[in-house]
Amino acid sequence: MNGQKDIVSLNRMPMSTTQRSSLIERLDALYEYDREPVKETELHGWKTYIAMFSSEHIAGTEFVLGALLVARGASAGNVVLGLLVGNLLAVLCWAFMCAPIAVKERLTIYWQIRRLAGPYLTILYSFLFALILCLLAGSMVAVSTTAVAQAISEHTALQIPNPNYAAGDVIPTFSWIVLATLIGIVIAVLAVLGFERLAHFAKVVAPWMPFIFLAGAIASIPELKMNWGNFWEVANEKIWTGQKPAVGIHYTFWNCMGLAWLCNIAQHMGMGDVTIFRYAKKWQMGFCSAFGMFIGHFMAWLCSGVMVGAFLSRNPGGNPNPGAIAWQGAGWAGIICVVLAGWTTANPTLYRAGLAFQVATPNWRRWAVTMFAGLLMVITACIPFIIANLDYIVAYYGLFFMPLGAFIFIDFWIFPKLGMKRYYAEHKGLLWSWPATVGWFGSFFICFLLFAKDQYDWMEWSKVLMPELIADTQFDIFILAFPAWVMAITFYLICSIIQQKISPISNGRRSLK
Amino acid sequence: MKYLPYISYAGLALSILPSILYASGVFEKNETHYLITAIGMIMWFSTAIFWIKPKKGL
Repeated sequence: MNGQKDIVSLNRMPMSTTQRSSLIERLDALYEYDREPVKETELHGWKTYIAMFSSEHIAGTEFVLGALLVARGASAGNVVLGLLVGNLLAVLCWAFMCAPIAVKERLTIYWQIRRLAGPYLTILYSFLFALILCLLAGSMVAVSTTAVAQAISEHTALQIPNPNYAAGDVIPTFSWIVLATLIGIVIAVLAVLGFERLAHFAKVVAPWMPFIFLAGAIASIPELKMNWGNFWEVANEKIWTGQKPAVGIHYTFWNCMGLAWLCNIAQHMGMGDVTIFRYAKKWQMGFCSAFGMFIGHFMAWLCSGVMVGAFLSRNPGGNPNPGAIAWQGAGWAGIICVVLAGWTTANPTLYRAGLAFQVATPNWRRWAVTMFAGLLMVITACIPFIIANLDYIVAYYGLFFMPLGAFIFIDFWIFPKLGMKRYYAEHKGLLWSWPATVGWFGSFFICFLLFAKDQYDWMEWSKVLMPELIADTQFDIFILAFPAWVMAITFYLICSIIQQKISPISNGRRSLK
Repeated sequence: MKYLPYISYAGLALSILPSILYASGVFEKNETHYLITAIGMIMWFSTAIFWIKPKKGL
C-alpha cells in the first residue's frame, strides 16, 4: 500500500483567498499549483523513482495483508506464484498504461479527470477518495496500536489485549480504544504541526523497514524448524497450509494474484500515479515500480506470513496481530517498525484526506479539517472488522476508483484514432460528463452485483435479474479487475460516441480552461 | 558528516545479521538477536536523519 503521493505540492496551497468562491473554484484553487504541465528542468531520473517506489510501498498494512494470506488458507505455491504474477501485472500496468500517458501529458490525475469528466465528478471523486483515505489511515493507526499495546502488555502490569476479529471480537476493549485514540490524536496533531518534517522522517524510516521484515522472518525459522531442505514442506504445513478457513473466503492462486494486482490498481490502471510520473524523464521509468512491488508486496508479505506461521507454532490459536508477530520476530526493533510503519503512512494519508475535505468545508481552518479527518481515522481504527477485511477494502477501493483511469487511457489512445474529440467535457464547458458517469458507476455497480450476489444474503434478489449462467457462477472480487476495466471503457466509449454524434464540437466554443 | 552513512549502513547490517546468526544457531537466545537488532536500529536512526535529504519536487 502506498500513502505518500503528491503531498509536497499540495502543501503549498493558500486557502484564505478561496473562502468565498464556489465549490468548483475552491477545488480548482486547491490544485492550482499543479495546473500547468511539468517543465523540462523539473524532471527526475531513474534513481529518484527507484528510491521512491522502494520506500513508499512498504507500510504498516503489509503486516496485515501478509497475515491475511495465511488466515485465508492459501497454499504456499499459490501465494508465491500468485504474488509473482500479480505484482508483475501491476508493474506492467504502471509501465505500459500509466507512465506513457503521464510523460506525454505531464498533468496530475486531478486535471486529467477534470478535463474529461467535468468538475462535478471530480469533486465527487475527491470527496470519496478522502473518505477511503481516512479508512486506510485508520487501519494504519490500528496496526501501530497493536504494537504499542503489545509492548505495554509485555513490559508493564497493565494488560491491553489486542482485538481478535477471528475469535469474534466486534469492538476492542475500552483500554485499547483509549490507546488507539491517543495514538490517533498524536498522528493528527503531528500532521497539523508540520507535514514536511514528518515526510523527511518517513524517508529515513523507509530503507530500514525491509531489513526488519526480513530479520523477523529469518529469526522465525528456528521456531518453524525450517531449513533449506524442508523449506517448501514446512511452508505448506505450518504457514500457508491451503486449508479452508472457518470464517471468510478460501484463497486460491487467483485471489493471491488479484490481491497483489488490485491493491494498487487505483494508482496504475486507475492512473493515480500520473501525478508522480509526470516528473519522469522517460516512460520506461514506470518499470521502477518493480522495486516497490517486489520489496513491499512480495518480500514483505511473505516475511509477514512467515512471522505469523512462527507465532502460531508457538501460540496455537493465538492472535497473530502485527504487534505480536513483530515482537516475536525482532523484539523492540520489530515493535518500533510496526509503530513507524503505521505512523509514517497514516500521517500523509491523513494529510491528503484533510486537503480533500477542505474543499467542502471552506470556512474551517486547516487544523480543524485535519482533526476532523483524524476523528474519522480514529473511529475506523477502533473497528476490528476493517483490519480483518483489509484485503476486501483495498479491492473495493481499487475497483471503485479504477474506471476514471480507464477513461483517461481511452481518451488518450482511442479517441484520436476514432476521430473523436479529447477532453470533450472541457471543450463543451460541461459541469459533468454523462458518459463518464455511466462508465464509472455502471461498471462498479455490475461488478458489485456479480460479487455480492453470493456474498451477502440481502443481495440474493439480484440473481433473478441475471441470466442463469451468470447467476450460477461465483465471481470473486479479486478477479473482477479486468472485467471491470473492460466494462468501464466499453460504457464510456459507446456513450461518448453517442454524445459526440448528438452534439459535435463546433469551432469557437468556450473552453473551461 | 562524511562518515555518517557508513555508520548508518553498519546499523542496517546489524539489523539483519543477528537474525541470520540466530537462525543458524550461533545465538542460542532470541534476546541476543533482539538486543543487537535494536542497537542497529539506533545506529541507523541517529545517523541517517542527518544525511538523507528531504524529498523535493515530487
